[in-house]
Amino acid sequence: MNEREDGPHDGGPEEAFAGARLHIVTGKGGTGKTTVATALALALATDGGRVLLVEVEGRQGVASLLESDPLPHEEREALSAPGGGSVSVLAADAEAALLEYLDLFYGMRRAGRALTGLGAVDFATSIAPGLRDVLLTGKITEAVQRREGGRRRPPGSGTGRHHYDAVVLDAPPTGRIGSFLNVHSEVAGLATTGPVHDQAERAMKVVRSDRTRVHFVTTPEEMPVQETREGIAEIEASGLRVGAVIVNMVGPTLLDAADLSATAAAGPDVDAITEGLKAAGLDDPALLSEGLASELRTYALRHLLELRLLGELRETGRPLLTLSRLESGAPRSALSGLARRLTEQGARR
Amino acid sequence: MTEAARPRTARPEPPPLDVDALIDDVATRVVVCCGSGGVGKTTTAAALALRAAERGRRTVVITVDPARRLAQAMGLDRLDHTPRPVTSREDAEGSSGRGELHAMMLDMKRTFDEIVEEHADPERARRILANPFYRSLSTGFSGTQEYMAMEKLGQLRRSEAWDLIVVDTPPSRSALDFLDAPKRLGRFLDGGLVRFLTAPKGNGVLRFLGAGFDVVGSVIGRITGPGFLNDLRSFVSAFDAVFGGFQERAERTYRSLRGPDTAFLVVAAPEPDPLREASFFIERLRRDSMSPAGLVLNRTHPLPAGPAAELSAQEALEAAESLEGTGEHPLAAAALRLHAERVRARERELLLRDRTLAAHPGIRTVEVADRAEAVHDLNGLRGIGASLAGAAPETEG
Repeated sequence: MNEREDGPHDGGPEEAFAGARLHIVTGKGGTGKTTVATALALALATDGGRVLLVEVEGRQGVASLLESDPLPHEEREALSAPGGGSVSVLAADAEAALLEYLDLFYGMRRAGRALTGLGAVDFATSIAPGLRDVLLTGKITEAVQRREGGRRRPPGSGTGRHHYDAVVLDAPPTGRIGSFLNVHSEVAGLATTGPVHDQAERAMKVVRSDRTRVHFVTTPEEMPVQETREGIAEIEASGLRVGAVIVNMVGPTLLDAADLSATAAAGPDVDAITEGLKAAGLDDPALLSEGLASELRTYALRHLLELRLLGELRETGRPLLTLSRLESGAPRSALSGLARRLTEQGARR
Repeated sequence: MTEAARPRTARPEPPPLDVDALIDDVATRVVVCCGSGGVGKTTTAAALALRAAERGRRTVVITVDPARRLAQAMGLDRLDHTPRPVTSREDAEGSSGRGELHAMMLDMKRTFDEIVEEHADPERARRILANPFYRSLSTGFSGTQEYMAMEKLGQLRRSEAWDLIVVDTPPSRSALDFLDAPKRLGRFLDGGLVRFLTAPKGNGVLRFLGAGFDVVGSVIGRITGPGFLNDLRSFVSAFDAVFGGFQERAERTYRSLRGPDTAFLVVAAPEPDPLREASFFIERLRRDSMSPAGLVLNRTHPLPAGPAAELSAQEALEAAESLEGTGEHPLAAAALRLHAERVRARERELLLRDRTLAAHPGIRTVEVADRAEAVHDLNGLRGIGASLAGAAPETEG
């Protein structure tokens, strides 16, 4: 099913992607968020773009997706996109971000080490999770704002071309995305002045910018769809811009509408299948057709449910992009296939 | 391709997990369901608890952030912080024996508040509850939720009101967080940095570390602003006086998980990431001499029994193509194409499963087949409970 034939949306897929510099990809656990974020980075890098993919959950999800060794807290070119584009990957780490930050702003590398040795990371992650998020969003903000020419400087300086055309964030899941993005209020009660406060403010400016989009990944299943609808409402209420909904692992369309509802209601015409299996010269057509009929009915019920859920997602008014279930195979070629599907459906810089 | 052509090659089946034996055993007092996010832990925990209750045990299930539907399925408009009886609408007269099911949702802030109120005098408790650090700590996600899940488990266990406590673990970044986060939180509260920052000037620790303190203290002060350190100091001094042994408390709970009355069920979906997490978790449990009772492989896609299970993807596709070439029998062609897809998906699933099991020979396993719709009622949970106990997947057709 091609979503572009579904008539005009509130804003088309182009509005959800083109021109945005920060793409925040969230979704319920198990929906393939990391895979989709990676494919989106590839799609946005297509035809000569330079894109940074950042993961912040410390899961090494991108490395496991690419079947590579764990990635460091360092931007590395990891994938090339069709037409000369490239995707760099950064596995952002709060501790490394803190050291980098101290060095960059204060030239205090050694003091930073001492701080780490004393458990500053336990500190940041345990007592004030907001601080950890500030460090990570700060790192992302820096990458979004970085410009060509000169050493990395505090944001805002420099007038050259942006170093990255776009930054894609493999963000925390839907349940945590609100507090992750709302770093300002998270730290407001803790650090009321000083650089952490300022950095949180800067990060909020980027997150709230009209060139930032929050995309939702879901599967066509009840709970993820429910969470997506709630998540969209939450993000919109907080004044951030929701981009697209990307529906992952959509099943194939095998029956036309009439056959679909008939099969779901009463099961398929077993005799017709038996005749077909006979014609195809398969052994034991009568028994075989029973097994196939039960598969077909399960499929029809599920497919009807998928269609209903896609309809519910469409009601959110956000552009809908769909990806079919990942075929097994070399992960990189599967990824370029998914990226191509996203490009075809309007995911472009 | 010959391998793919035969779905039923002699693949060694893993030893089956006997869930009923586990929940019927009066020596089993706690079952912890763990695994990465999105694999169906909450539903598994609820289904298991219901089954245990209907088999005669007084059971309570602690859930963390359940879908609203699931709460409703258990006949509860809302799950809150205290165990509520789950009344089965279908058979209100009660089922076998004295089994009953209660359910509660973990409210980490309230659990934390209660510990504070229990241990501090009212004035001190008030000061702690109002401190911005306490508020951040008690609502932050990282560590607190896991700690409070353990704390609640400890409370329920001590109350002796239950034969069996089923715990659904928080949706952590990693399944291991459930084991590690409480200790991390305890370590932090008792730990070096906090003492370091909050100790009055001139005590032994500071003299020992000498000038280091001023550097670190001023770094933190400069980064966070001065109010931050003051709040932290007053928080820790108020908190410390109350607890002292926060870490010890965490370790005691952790130790109790090693007891023979606690079983861990590792839940995974047949996808690379959840299975990798499950593998880490099993390894970790064994290293810490805890007992992984088994692996629940959730939402699998088994093939229907009978000759269909013997028809390979390749044979099905070739047959579908030959029918499509003639333009006849479109329904059979669609069924064959679908079958080919399902055989491939099943092959991939089994490959992933076997890769995990190869690393943990002997781990008991049960498969729960995927169902199209989310659980809406107790019957849905019963169905999952039956699958957990090894019932063949019911066919929807």
